[in-house]
Amino acid sequence: MPTQETDHISYQRSFYVEGGNFNYAGTVSTSIKSILKQMDLPNDVVRKSALVSYESEINIVSYARKGVIKLSIYSDIIQIEAIDEGPGIPNIELAMQEGYSTATQQIREMGFGAGMGLYNIKSFSDKFDISSEVGKGTYLKMIINKFSSR
Amino acid sequence: MDIETIVKKLNLKVRCAAANLKKTVSGGYTGDLLSDVMAKSHEGDIWITRQVHQNIVAVASLKDHAGIILVNSCEPAPDTLERAIQENIPIMVSEMNAFELTGKIFHLLTTKD
Ligand SMILES: Nc1ncnc2c1ncn2[C@@H]1O[C@H](COP(=O)(O)OP(=O)(O)OP(=O)(O)O)[C@@H](O)[C@H]1O
Ligand SMILES: [Mg+2]
Repeated sequence: MPTQETDHISYQRSFYVEGGNFNYAGTVSTSIKSILKQMDLPNDVVRKSALVSYESEINIVSYARKGVIKLSIYSDIIQIEAIDEGPGIPNIELAMQEGYSTATQQIREMGFGAGMGLYNIKSFSDKFDISSEVGKGTYLKMIINKFSSR
Repeated sequence: MDIETIVKKLNLKVRCAAANLKKTVSGGYTGDLLSDVMAKSHEGDIWITRQVHQNIVAVASLKDHAGIILVNSCEPAPDTLERAIQENIPIMVSEMNAFELTGKIFHLLTTKD
């Protein structure tokens, strides 16, 4: 379960994500980006956070029943958690590989399903954790350092 | 070079955010796979694609793209337009295919006149 990285939390907000509804896909990550932008964080920090939020949001919409994306801002890190209720991921190692995807034809037609989301989340996060239980759901935790540049 | 210049030189049709064409185009990216575009494109890019679904607006907005050009005369879906107006992201349409359009824009951006 989520662990706090540092003691001082300055902001926290949870966003609901509905599975299967592509009409609102991307709105949570767009909100997260504008919240971070208002906080005058470095551009690359905002962009990395936007990318990891977006890919986790799209995965919840694509594969899960419902989920929550939780943004927590501490003194020196941004923590983004994506917690969903859904089918879970049977083989995480495989799912993390670039190019592996179980996306349906309908999802692919919208430009998703390259099998790059989780791989990109990992490479754009400063710290990344994933766990999943088949039949229950998936939990992702992404940490972005506030004051480092990639 | 700003979007307006590219629109004029390449005869693009502007479908929304026509008041926002003074933005500088610093580069470009061509692609239809959204997670590839998310990872590899840059701020200020003009994004060339044939995806018309409203998700392209979120991608362009999250990546701070200068605008989106749809190729092969593909028109944006109605809810794509609606969302692009909200986000003030210019969407243009070209008759050219992605290969031709990318080549022409690359040439415009890299040649000094
Ligand atoms: N939240 C989730 N619940 C269940 N399965 C998931 C979840 N997230 C990812 N997966 C599984 O892992 C695979 C790989 O995910 P990843 O995000 O890397 O690629 P993708 O979603 O298939 O394509 P892309 O992200 O490039 O559009 C998915 O196809 C799916 O099988
Ligand atoms: Mg994905």
